[in-house]
Amino acid sequence: MTEIPEHLLKRAQAARDKAAAESGASATEGGEATDSRIPAHLLERSKAAKAGASGGVAVADRPATAVVAAPAAGGLPTGAGPGGHTQRLLTVVKSGSIQDVKAVPVDKVHTWPHLLGIEFVASLACTAFLFMFSWFVNAPLLRAANFNQTPNPSKAPWYFLGLQELLTMFHPMIAGVTLPGMGLIALMFAPYMDRNPSNKPEDRKFMTSLMTVHLMFWAVLVIIGSFFRGPGFNFTFPWRDGIFFEL
Amino acid sequence: MASTIEEKPRLTLKERGAALGQSLLGSQAWNSIFRPGSIFRKGYTDSPRNRSYVIMNSVLYHLHPVKVKRHAVKVSYTLCLGGLSFFLFILLTVTGIFLMFFYRPTAADAWQDIQSLQTSVTFGLMVRNMHRWGAHLMVLSVFLHMARVFYHGAYKAPREFNWVIGVILLTLTLLLSFTGYLLPWDQLALWAVAVGTNMMGYSPVIGSQVRFVLLGGTEIGAETLLRWYVLHVLLFPFVTVIFLAIHFWRVRKDGGISGPL
Repeated sequence: MTEIPEHLLKRAQAARDKAAAESGASATEGGEATDSRIPAHLLERSKAAKAGASGGVAVADRPATAVVAAPAAGGLPTGAGPGGHTQRLLTVVKSGSIQDVKAVPVDKVHTWPHLLGIEFVASLACTAFLFMFSWFVNAPLLRAANFNQTPNPSKAPWYFLGLQELLTMFHPMIAGVTLPGMGLIALMFAPYMDRNPSNKPEDRKFMTSLMTVHLMFWAVLVIIGSFFRGPGFNFTFPWRDGIFFEL
Repeated sequence: MASTIEEKPRLTLKERGAALGQSLLGSQAWNSIFRPGSIFRKGYTDSPRNRSYVIMNSVLYHLHPVKVKRHAVKVSYTLCLGGLSFFLFILLTVTGIFLMFFYRPTAADAWQDIQSLQTSVTFGLMVRNMHRWGAHLMVLSVFLHMARVFYHGAYKAPREFNWVIGVILLTLTLLLSFTGYLLPWDQLALWAVAVGTNMMGYSPVIGSQVRFVLLGGTEIGAETLLRWYVLHVLLFPFVTVIFLAIHFWRVRKDGGISGPL
């Protein structure tokens, strides 16, 4: 048990004396004030506020709810404030001033089991797919590297075939460096250039179409580079001359 | 003198097993491994409090909050693409470590090592296949993840910087895949990388210097193989892990995944 400091005891004694002196006066005013747990002066204030419609002291409406029970000193005589109160309201801390209170509650679920269950199943499915694919399809291993024998055609990995396709149209510095570099920088700065705050698809028709055109541009280039380019990187049809493509 | 016989029935094997399991679940060692609230602890019950403890008291708390938005667990929103990209990264790390046991990054040995890995190592061919196809799949899933995030407008405030980190991770994924492409040291690897690095040489001002550093010479050779091996198994994974950590941390700091639309 915590000991009550002497100065607090003194203060409580003073409050008790004061209350005893006032009790005679308040008893004459009527039973209402003494029955209530709310101090008389606060009641009066709230009455005035209600009467005056929009009073500036609306805070006083519900201080009683914020009052927390103070530990009653075991056995010790405790002081009583106006209306028999054993504690005083020192301050009202509004919610939101020290806590981040969301104005609109967010509908949330527990990560376990809802999210973890999905993640577990997804990773199992991914592993199973990769396992079965690897069971049936072998990774290519051609003959050992030979510097004196250039295969025809020589192709980059598939994700760079769009760039290799551009090489047939532009100078290497444009196709291999400038265009992909600009594309990458534009991609990085996309959030700073797109000033539209909405994420609703109907508000973002321009950005959606811009991105789709961009993605389709690369996809088409990669597909042409992968399947429609034969010996000498010349245009072919895969159904006519076969596929010149290794993953 | 009457001998008293214990009227205890003999325990069946099943009961003994159950008793052993119970004492194991209550043991100090078990409780030291699984922290309070773990689903593997004795007497786990499904309650909101325990569901919170599962995350809060496990290493997963570094990755996930205790609760997530209800719409965030909808598979149709994320298609699991980001998570699967990370999972493939882990899978590639595991299979890659296996491959490292059987591979020497020298021009004389590299191709032969892959060849004997496929023919005389148990599961060698299988693990190599998984590493190869997993790598292609990861490039694809990272790319699709980026498209998904863009179409949902998830790069907008406050997630702008996480998008930038995502683009860096996409670049790192391509670099990881491209450096790994050379390592089998077959005709496909050599000439694909030759085409790719020739393009790099056309960068303005520093082009030839960058190419020289990356190839370890003016042309692809044995030095290139060693360089790209170190880049592939050490430098790029290391950098990627750092950016992944920032990426995941920012997802939480920016208020979980975006949406709903």
